[in-house]
Amino acid sequence: MPTKDEVFQKVRAALVDALGVDDEEVTPQATMVGDLGAESIDFLDIVFKLEKSFGIEIPRKELSPEDILTNAEFVQDGKLTSAGLAELKRRMPFVDFASFEANPQIRDFSNLLTVGALCRYIEQKLGIA
Amino acid sequence: MRWLWIDRFIEFERGRKAVAVKNVSIVEEEIDDYTPGFPIMPASLIIEGMAQTAGLLIGETGGFQDRVVLAKIGKAVFHRLALPGDQLRYTAVVEDMRRDGSIAHVTSHIGDELHAEVELMFAFLPQDERFPSGPLFEPVDFLAMVRAFGLYDVAKTESGEPASPPESYLQFERAAEAQYPTGPLER
Repeated sequence: MPTKDEVFQKVRAALVDALGVDDEEVTPQATMVGDLGAESIDFLDIVFKLEKSFGIEIPRKELSPEDILTNAEFVQDGKLTSAGLAELKRRMPFVDFASFEANPQIRDFSNLLTVGALCRYIEQKLGIA
Repeated sequence: MRWLWIDRFIEFERGRKAVAVKNVSIVEEEIDDYTPGFPIMPASLIIEGMAQTAGLLIGETGGFQDRVVLAKIGKAVFHRLALPGDQLRYTAVVEDMRRDGSIAHVTSHIGDELHAEVELMFAFLPQDERFPSGPLFEPVDFLAMVRAFGLYDVAKTESGEPASPPESYLQFERAAEAQYPTGPLER
């Protein structure tokens, strides 16, 4: 079982390879979209690399819960409702929602996924405490 | 000039692997003009041919119903130049196939020598407001193109049976042939 540091090193290698960014740019706080410039097609590449690197399966819905963001029950005037936010938190326990939940605009969702969150997601998949 | 950067498929296993050849000829304008006095085939057009090989392999898996577009070149390494008289043999292997896209690894060989290797990512364009609706290609033209590539001369299904064009495309072809019985579709 890899350590948390080994998870980070492998995630960093995948992101450097997929996004053409420098090692130093890949910090736990860096956001995938805003800081590292990941576009939607890059996630296909990143998920493929992470699956190969860790020997795991990453279903699309787990990292990109679009079904919540497009569900009228959970979204009102471009913002997540409290039920929507609760559902998102349940589905993405590896994400830090602290600053997002004050004003949960859908357009800000893409910046919730940080390198650290991605590492925590993989740690949970691998059962690393 | 049509945007066709392979000459012929020589192997095609549905959803797994395709091999196509491209003959490099000095008569092609882009080869004669790209670096005047030193005719070579531009790497960008070699990648395009590799992408056409892989893209048709991926599209055929879904009966050419998905709108497959080259979205990203993850890696491209060229080990030598492609010169007039060379025959490039592109081998595309599907590495991953998902609902919204696919990844292929493609090599190019000249004889036994590894000439180039690329990693290509293809997206399946969704039918939503971000993209124009409808197919990317007119079905009759598209089928004529893949037939010209000899795809159905060599294509095999997952179980090794000869593969045929999708029925929806054949319907368009039959309708066109009925309208122009001695027209350009005659083979």
